[in-house]
Amino acid sequence: MKGSSLPFDGTPEQEARLRAKLDELKNKQGALMPAMQYAQELYGYLPFEVQSIISEELNVPLSEVYGVATFYSQFSLYPKGKYQIGICLGTACYVNGSQAVYEKLQQLLGISSGECTEDKLFSLDATRCVGCCGMAPVMTVNGEVYGKVTPDAVEAILAKYHQRG
Amino acid sequence: MDIARLKQIREETFKSVGNRATHADNAGMNFDRQVLVCGSTGCASNNSQKIRRRFAELVAEKGLERVHVGQTGCFGLCAAGPVVVVYPDGTFYSHVTLDDVDEIVESHLVNNVEVERLLYVDADGKTKPFNEIESYCRQLRHALRNCGVIDPENIDEYIARDGYFALYKALSEMSRDEVIDVVTDSGLRGRGGAGFLTGRKWKFTKEAQGDKKYVCCNADEGDPGAFMDRSVLEGDPHCVIEAMAIAAYAVGADQGYVYVRAEYPIAVERLDIAIRQARDYGLLGDNIFGTGFRFDLEIRLGAGAFVCGEETALMTSIEGRRGEPRPRPPFPAEKGLFGKPTLLNNVETYANIAQIILHGAESYNTIGTERSKGTKVFALGGKIKNTGLVEIPMGTPLKEIIYDIGGGIPNGKKFKAAQTGGPSGGCIPASLQDIPIDYESLSSIGSMMGSGGLIVLDEDNCMVDIAKFYLQFTVDESCGKCTPCRIGTRRLYEMLCKVTEGKATLEDLDKMEQLCYYIKDNSLCGLGQSAPNPVLSTLRYFREEYIAHVVEHRCPAGVCKALLRYEIDPAKCKGCTLCARNCPAQAISGTVREPHSIDANKCLKCGICASKCKFGAIKKV
Repeated sequence: MKGSSLPFDGTPEQEARLRAKLDELKNKQGALMPAMQYAQELYGYLPFEVQSIISEELNVPLSEVYGVATFYSQFSLYPKGKYQIGICLGTACYVNGSQAVYEKLQQLLGISSGECTEDKLFSLDATRCVGCCGMAPVMTVNGEVYGKVTPDAVEAILAKYHQRG
Repeated sequence: MDIARLKQIREETFKSVGNRATHADNAGMNFDRQVLVCGSTGCASNNSQKIRRRFAELVAEKGLERVHVGQTGCFGLCAAGPVVVVYPDGTFYSHVTLDDVDEIVESHLVNNVEVERLLYVDADGKTKPFNEIESYCRQLRHALRNCGVIDPENIDEYIARDGYFALYKALSEMSRDEVIDVVTDSGLRGRGGAGFLTGRKWKFTKEAQGDKKYVCCNADEGDPGAFMDRSVLEGDPHCVIEAMAIAAYAVGADQGYVYVRAEYPIAVERLDIAIRQARDYGLLGDNIFGTGFRFDLEIRLGAGAFVCGEETALMTSIEGRRGEPRPRPPFPAEKGLFGKPTLLNNVETYANIAQIILHGAESYNTIGTERSKGTKVFALGGKIKNTGLVEIPMGTPLKEIIYDIGGGIPNGKKFKAAQTGGPSGGCIPASLQDIPIDYESLSSIGSMMGSGGLIVLDEDNCMVDIAKFYLQFTVDESCGKCTPCRIGTRRLYEMLCKVTEGKATLEDLDKMEQLCYYIKDNSLCGLGQSAPNPVLSTLRYFREEYIAHVVEHRCPAGVCKALLRYEIDPAKCKGCTLCARNCPAQAISGTVREPHSIDANKCLKCGICASKCKFGAIKKV
């Protein structure tokens, strides 16, 4: 089973909230995905420990939970950075040069899509269309949108978040 | 909720909404002026929410009681965003920033003088009211009739535009068969891409035997560059709810699901608000309009899997499993969600229903072409001036969409091709720009209607690279269940890589074509069956570009890196050293005031030198 090598640091409060939610969803048809979406929002990712709780409470085999977690790109087995960077590789952005921006990001951060920097400050995801094609190419940092980004502009954007720490 | 109350709400709210879009004067209206700010994703990511709040603050501060500030869904001209429209003047402000708000309030709202510098300038260089702008005049807004007009978070404004009257009509005046007949006669076909006759689908589901039936809405809009469904949900969520209730009545269902992409937070939020409002008004739930009909809706979020746009995969995903498609038959109409008969339509299809029920089949089937009725919404993107959302009658020629509505190609570049149907579709070359846009014409030239993404490409785009881009998408998104798609698309992608690296032979092109047909014929679901289309259509219309890569090891558009070389023109180079100082690989050498040169072995082909050169001396060859 794939998963993060970073230690799991979930709190008892988080677990109590998760179990309460699972109790509520238990008797609903097709509850697994809503449960996992809730858990991911709570923990930021779906480590083995969390998948086990879901499996146990919903009475779904762990293999099935893991199967769903790895099928959908929004479920992550790895933690996300404090600043989550998304670079849009949708068609409109791509034809306007987002690939070059993506390469620059990888080079500067030393990570590729889906990964998190060691200091847990940045994580990088190549995303599908985020819907602001009028501003292509587009990158996002924690949902904040930067439009008409050039490879040269990337360093300054990252510096802003480095400063905030 | 009864009909008297519904009429009362319509009458009262009409005083606020009535003269939007119609540009009528203020007689009988609640407000002298209305400031409408677009709250859809495109404009919202450009601060439009803050802009609206600032308007509201200032209007309150200045005591402008007869001025209303509201939000709407997408106006369509996303490239001009953030967009602000002032009624009844119809003033269209584009690229508004937070700093501009004070000026608009002071000048326009207080002193009645439009802020000239912020007015949208049309293609002819003139500023004009919203409804006279060229790209709007040529559209026919049917599915989008409320987008940009009403506040999507206010059910009363929807009712003021005849909302929920179609549901009342269906429940109280029409039999289930009559509803289905009207939808069938309208000629409406599925807007998700395949174009199956909607009324027939409803009929199959009605006739299916089952103790429980479901109605589902496919809002898992995954085509890169397509945002029609998102805009409908963000701008007019109630029209989808109303249509699903009508469909549920017709087929005999009492429970519905809307499956939405999780990447559409604003759409999800608005839909959630709309469902709660409809429940509060008794328009969802038990005994709707006192007819004994019961229907309720639930939202289910996708989790980022393109294949879940395929109907059987979508239902598997709602059931909470890996979204893998299954073979058909049995079709969902017989055995769908949780094994029960299920009706599934996409957002845009539903968006047309209420109007068809209210105004009859003829109101719809008189628009469009012989076999493609009504209108179609397209998301225009790529190398086009007016990036945004347009709705046109079926049969409109492609060139009208690109030049008259889209405003043409920016920076004086040449139109090369239009891509429709996303990863399942194909490219329409410039030579076929007179083609009318309808289901049949598009499939006859090897493309498809798809859900409505329309990406415009210019001379700087390499068609092999575009085909490779879409293939990479399908490789990533193939669910892995069937071999032709899982392995076939990967092999096809590798062959395309060989072409873009100049390592392929002419024989490879033939092999590629063969593999394309093999994947098409043998894949389990629509994703695999249509995955080779981008390759086949570019091979068909741009074969000479493939041949240039293979035989001459040259990328005519200058995109494919492996085939590129940068050269300095000694006649133009002034020896300013700027390129050499910026080269990350120290591949440029030369003395000051002497022409420089690039060492091809060191060059990374990043293009920084060319973008820095002030004399245009560095060229891609």
